[in-house]
Amino acid sequence: MSTKTRDGGRPDSGGHPVAWEGPPVDLTAQSPRIGEKIIKAVLVSAAALSVLVTVGIVASLFAPVAEFFTHVSLGEFLFGTEWTALFGDKFNWDDKSWGVLPLVTATLMITLISLVVAVPFGLGAAIYLSEYASPRVRKIFKPILEILAGVPTVVYGFLALTVITPILKPLLGIEGIYSMISPGIVMGFMIVPTIASLSEDAMSAVPLALRQGSYALGANRMQTTIRVVFPAALSGIVAAIVLGISRAIGETMIVAIAAGNMPLFTADPLKGAQTMTGFIAQAASGDTPQGSPSYYALFAIGALLFVMTLLINMISIRLVRKYRQAY
Amino acid sequence: MTRSEQRTVSTEQRTNKSDTASESQVTIERSNTVPPVEGAPDGVITLKDLEVFYSDFRAVTNVNMSFGSREITALIGPSGCGKSTVLRCLNRMNDLVPGARVEGAVAYHGVDIYGEDVDVIEVRRRIGMVFQKPNPFPKSIYDNVAYGPRVTGMKVSDMDNVVERALRGAALWDEVKDKLKQNAFGLSGGQQQRLCIARAIATSPEVILMDEPCSALDPIATAKIEDLMVELASTYTIIIVTHNMQQAARVSQRTGFFTAEADDKGQRTGRLVEFDTTEHIFGNPSDARTEAYITGRFG
Repeated sequence: MSTKTRDGGRPDSGGHPVAWEGPPVDLTAQSPRIGEKIIKAVLVSAAALSVLVTVGIVASLFAPVAEFFTHVSLGEFLFGTEWTALFGDKFNWDDKSWGVLPLVTATLMITLISLVVAVPFGLGAAIYLSEYASPRVRKIFKPILEILAGVPTVVYGFLALTVITPILKPLLGIEGIYSMISPGIVMGFMIVPTIASLSEDAMSAVPLALRQGSYALGANRMQTTIRVVFPAALSGIVAAIVLGISRAIGETMIVAIAAGNMPLFTADPLKGAQTMTGFIAQAASGDTPQGSPSYYALFAIGALLFVMTLLINMISIRLVRKYRQAY
Repeated sequence: MTRSEQRTVSTEQRTNKSDTASESQVTIERSNTVPPVEGAPDGVITLKDLEVFYSDFRAVTNVNMSFGSREITALIGPSGCGKSTVLRCLNRMNDLVPGARVEGAVAYHGVDIYGEDVDVIEVRRRIGMVFQKPNPFPKSIYDNVAYGPRVTGMKVSDMDNVVERALRGAALWDEVKDKLKQNAFGLSGGQQQRLCIARAIATSPEVILMDEPCSALDPIATAKIEDLMVELASTYTIIIVTHNMQQAARVSQRTGFFTAEADDKGQRTGRLVEFDTTEHIFGNPSDARTEAYITGRFG
């Protein structure tokens, strides 16, 4: 027996064990496991819902937008500098100008102003909370910051109209009660928590080992933050800023209240001007009969907003991929 | 100088060497001078009655030891015995731990690095560190190595030269010279760790601390790092924490054995049990606990 090899002493099996000769085992399911299938079905439908809603929105935009463009050429819509959709006879297409540029420039101008406010303050807050604040301070500070994100936008709108505009009026010489700069600044305040909170998450997720490596080489806190933590968190920070941009472009209440209802093709932020969302709010809440030109214009502008947000998201995905620093 | 020669260098010779080093290199304020520890070899760094607390918890107590110039000193002991804590005191990395407090003295060339006028950046530039897990920055290989000289404001006339010298010093140059602009994360684990060593020596430190530098590496990469350590010891003073006793025996000239024993209240505090030449610790330890540990009967 002492000469027995590993395969049980059968040299002809070439090192492999011989085939199984006992009774076969039953490996089929011992119960139907219905609960598992139900759970999976519920989860799949939850995931499908958001996709279906998006598809539904695009589909419902399609017919009215097509109708709009049988009356207005794409060139006039995209490059015209005058927008008078709510003027004149409600059911007449030809006595109105359909150039969307004034609405687009107002939207972009207010978005830009809000970013000028929100990016420095948001990133500053994120750097403080992630790198400088003690755990105790962070515990108190961050929820307060996030409450700011939950303030209803109509409150921000009135803040712009009744507080910020009167303050800026004598300083900058704003004529009238509407301007782009005032809602832009307030919108910036509104986005600060979004950018700060998401950027802070991204920076806190940078491994401690990288910070230690930096400190061990004699770097101070600011150098470590700027040269190591910030680049490593950049993809998350870019995503936070893009989310802020999307919110600014889509924001309606603040601009409807504080930017006025006059479509104006201007680069002067001290003047009031209607944005795309501002027009939608005005037309949809006003006297716009179904089938009228301005009714179709609502869908055209809705589609343009959709395309713009989509473009920004695509650009941001590219940016995030480009700057992603795996660690 | 070969390793066997290094081992026979007497305490007196080492004293002379570190004295001249202190004359030429140290410009830290000299108001916090610490008297040498009695009986310990006078080295680059001397610990006197070192005691470390994390808030109320006393992690390590009563550590008196000294690290010889251009030697490798290994700190060994079971998990939780405080050896890494002691290592992190040597370049004040414990400053980053909230609640950490250091008592006693850590004297670098006779100057207490926890003294009032001491600039922690100066300390870390002279006493570099390599960590357990390779932690290159998500930057190019070149920028990783150039990081230290840049942030410490070293006056560098030719950064390319500094980077090349550091990479050569870490035995990595030949492997990466054609891809210096590539991200450091493309390197293997062993290469990343050698990059971290290159990064540490780029600031021309005198001492390099290594906290289990091979524990995340395979045996081949480990062997390369060990060879590198022995090579680096001709220029730098190296202090290494390791769980691998064969490693301590292979590379080090001196070994300190730590252990943690519970007191009456059940609090475990790390202590230095025995500190001697590696030959002595592994061949003929004086303390029964050391012998039990190195023969694998405990820990």
